[in-house]
Amino acid sequence: MQREWLRERGVRDWFHLPFAWFGDRTAFVDFRIPLQFFPTNRRLEAGMPFILDMAPVYKGFTADIGYSGSLGPNPLQDRLLADLEAHRELILREVRERRPLREIYQDVDRLMVRQGYANRHRAYPFGVIAHKVDRVKERRWSPHLFGFGTQSLKGLASDAVHGHRDGWSPLWSPYRFSDHPPRPGLWAVEPHLGFRGTGAKFEEILVVTDSEDPEQSAFWLDDDLPHVRRWAEDK
Amino acid sequence: MTLEGARERWVRTGGVELCVAELGDPAQPTVMLVHGYPDSKEVWSEVAARLAGHFHVVLYDVRGHGRSSAPQPLRGGFTLEKLTDDFLAVADAVSPDRPVHLVGHDWGSVQAWEFTTVKRTEGRIASFTSMSGPSLDHFGHWIKKRVSRPTPRRVGQLLGQGAKSWYVYLLHTPVLPELAWRGPLGKQWPKILRRLEKVPGGDYPTPSLPTDAAHGAWLYRDNVRARLRRPRADAYAHAPVQLITPLGDVFLSEKLYDELELWAPQLTRRTLPAKHWVPRTRPDQLAAWITEFVTTTEGGRTTSAATGPYADRFGGQLVLVTGAGSGIGRATAFAFAEAGARVVAVDRDAESAARTAELSRLIGAPQAWAETVDVSDEQAMEKLAEKVAAEYGVVDVLVNNAGIGLSGSFLDTTSEDWRNVLDVNLWGVIHGCRLFGKQMAERGQGGHIVNTASAAAYLPSRTLPAYSTSKAAVLMLSECLRAELAGQGIGVTAICPGFINTNITSTARFTGVDAVEEKRRQKKSARLYGLRNYPPEKVAEAVLRAVVRNQAVVPVTAEARGGRLMSRFTPRALRAIARMEPPL
Ligand SMILES: NC(=O)c1ccc[n+]([C@@H]2O[C@H](COP(=O)([O-])OP(=O)(O)OC[C@H]3O[C@@H](n4cnc5c(N)ncnc54)[C@H](O)[C@@H]3O)[C@@H](O)[C@H]2O)c1
Repeated sequence: MQREWLRERGVRDWFHLPFAWFGDRTAFVDFRIPLQFFPTNRRLEAGMPFILDMAPVYKGFTADIGYSGSLGPNPLQDRLLADLEAHRELILREVRERRPLREIYQDVDRLMVRQGYANRHRAYPFGVIAHKVDRVKERRWSPHLFGFGTQSLKGLASDAVHGHRDGWSPLWSPYRFSDHPPRPGLWAVEPHLGFRGTGAKFEEILVVTDSEDPEQSAFWLDDDLPHVRRWAEDK
Repeated sequence: MTLEGARERWVRTGGVELCVAELGDPAQPTVMLVHGYPDSKEVWSEVAARLAGHFHVVLYDVRGHGRSSAPQPLRGGFTLEKLTDDFLAVADAVSPDRPVHLVGHDWGSVQAWEFTTVKRTEGRIASFTSMSGPSLDHFGHWIKKRVSRPTPRRVGQLLGQGAKSWYVYLLHTPVLPELAWRGPLGKQWPKILRRLEKVPGGDYPTPSLPTDAAHGAWLYRDNVRARLRRPRADAYAHAPVQLITPLGDVFLSEKLYDELELWAPQLTRRTLPAKHWVPRTRPDQLAAWITEFVTTTEGGRTTSAATGPYADRFGGQLVLVTGAGSGIGRATAFAFAEAGARVVAVDRDAESAARTAELSRLIGAPQAWAETVDVSDEQAMEKLAEKVAAEYGVVDVLVNNAGIGLSGSFLDTTSEDWRNVLDVNLWGVIHGCRLFGKQMAERGQGGHIVNTASAAAYLPSRTLPAYSTSKAAVLMLSECLRAELAGQGIGVTAICPGFINTNITSTARFTGVDAVEEKRRQKKSARLYGLRNYPPEKVAEAVLRAVVRNQAVVPVTAEARGGRLMSRFTPRALRAIARMEPPL
């Protein structure tokens, strides 16, 4: 459905196809290999949490966004969503401080544990909490590999090759290759909390620049988003 | 009189006069308690007293029992049809406009199944709580199924229940049972109940016992053979049913209820480790479950929120966990919460305890509280025990889990270090067992204590002398306490985890090194435990399982189980390993 709607509006390629997870799949219960991300025939029922995540490419610009919610009231997921606010603040603050990505990753981890949750982005490919997004060449034919657009993968791979030479990586992971300060560019950041069969995450674009001014050195691309509005309303 | 403050009235029906007692406010929902065999309504005295604060409680002596008169002649006077007439007569007298909540024990439950599954009572019963008494019709079908399509398992179940029903055959012999009850058996019965069934003495059973038992034999003779041979095919419950199964019942096998959902679609299951006479031995638990069930059905709901494993066992129970702010303790609190238990989360870190309590409420705990206490502080623990007893009740399951890590050779360990680790790891457990164990024993209705020891309790090493000593003491304390409390229905378990991925490595103290080196070792051991990656949630599962099965010592993780085997069979190999330097 989402695919068709966006196709009609000029989206010709995807960084990755839309994902939708329902119920305990939002916490990746029993996921062992990344292929289990793909849609199943599970139906959304009342009270079930869900997560939507898609990354359309429009005229060569990639957006990678994710959103969580539930059908009808779900107090537990509400709690998780509210607790994501602290992560959004922590990430921005530490990126502005130019802390190594790997350490920021570990701080996010620690905050999750203190909150009582499990880190579920660890289940993503390479355990990444974020990855760089870039311009993609528009091609008439753009096949997908396991749901990821090959054009975008090519971009990531070439970044990885360049980065490897200069000691940075387009993947923001818990591993040594992320032991470097944030690189300027667009990062799709997606902290994902899991708690006993319920999960919640957001995915947003974080803009990192080489500005000296801390305010300008990093900022969230858009502050008018459903989860951000919710936090503001709850105050 | 054992039913204090009861109002009495007499109800005439079908040629007998029934003695009816009422407690509590008649404006509240009516809960009707039906007694079994050989008993009178006084069997409910403890439960009734606990329910009277919330409900209009009604009890009656079944015809031929207690002070109700007996039908003439006795033969044919105790059929389920006549017992149903009695029930409707009492219900119409005490609650003419509203359906009643039925509770039956033993034969009271057998009858109540009839009431709940026949057409003519529809609309008169709001809910039914059954304990230790199946529907004869369901039982008849259960036997038929096993006889007509026997598999080895089915034959085994049949023989198992057959052996438990020995007394039913005896009761079918003429005259002899009457003679026995009016003679020696009647005299010995109170002692038998005390000795074998652990029923506390006092004013139960009542003096009417020999006549109750003699008349009641006709309950069996008038109904059992007829119904088992030709069970009704339409015995479907028309009200929500709560089934409470005592797992130590020597008269009834829990397998009887395997397919009960077919007959009672709105079924809530509860289990408890106890023998047959639960109205005498577990009145607190019964009153709590009846109250919850009646309240939820009155509110229009039938299923409880808790869906986790063992919800049948822990639903509504009070569970206290120390060190509940992190790691194994937090995961254990969550697992009990998912099973519907009420949780007291104790930690010396206030914020993390509050967090555990809050999340517990979100995943199924009907209530959860955080208490900020240092378990090594005797006075603080005493205060906690008083507060918990006064405000939340007597703890059903106590988990002494708070503990700290200490690493470093014996010669590098100062007496200050020793004191710290023993104060928390050993004294914390002693205080918990002493204070809450005493409350459990005084209540006399069972309970369970879990102490978190460690695989280090039986694995010598040159790196953890103080920690291992503290844990070995906890292990032995648990074994001794288990022996002492077994007779009172209180179980004690020592859990011995191996390497679990928790915060303990980052907070553990390393002796004999400077602060920088300590930080490095904390990080390094956290990494190693992270690589092992055994989640605390799995330890929590083991804790719940251990309580349900009343296990004595439970090693968790492969290394803990392997180590335990080695400590028994190849201790010399363990000693050789103990001399090795760890990779830190
Ligand atoms: N993690 C392991 O590998 C492992 C292995 C075997 C046994 N254990 C035992 O399991 C228990 C729990 O440890 P964990 O791994 O979850 O550690 P943890 O550090 O994650 O949690 C321990 C909790 O206990 C609390 N605590 C510590 N001292 C306290 C005190 N004096 N009073 C009140 N609360 C106190 C802490 O604040 C913390 O919240 C401990 O007894 C530990 O010895 C742990």
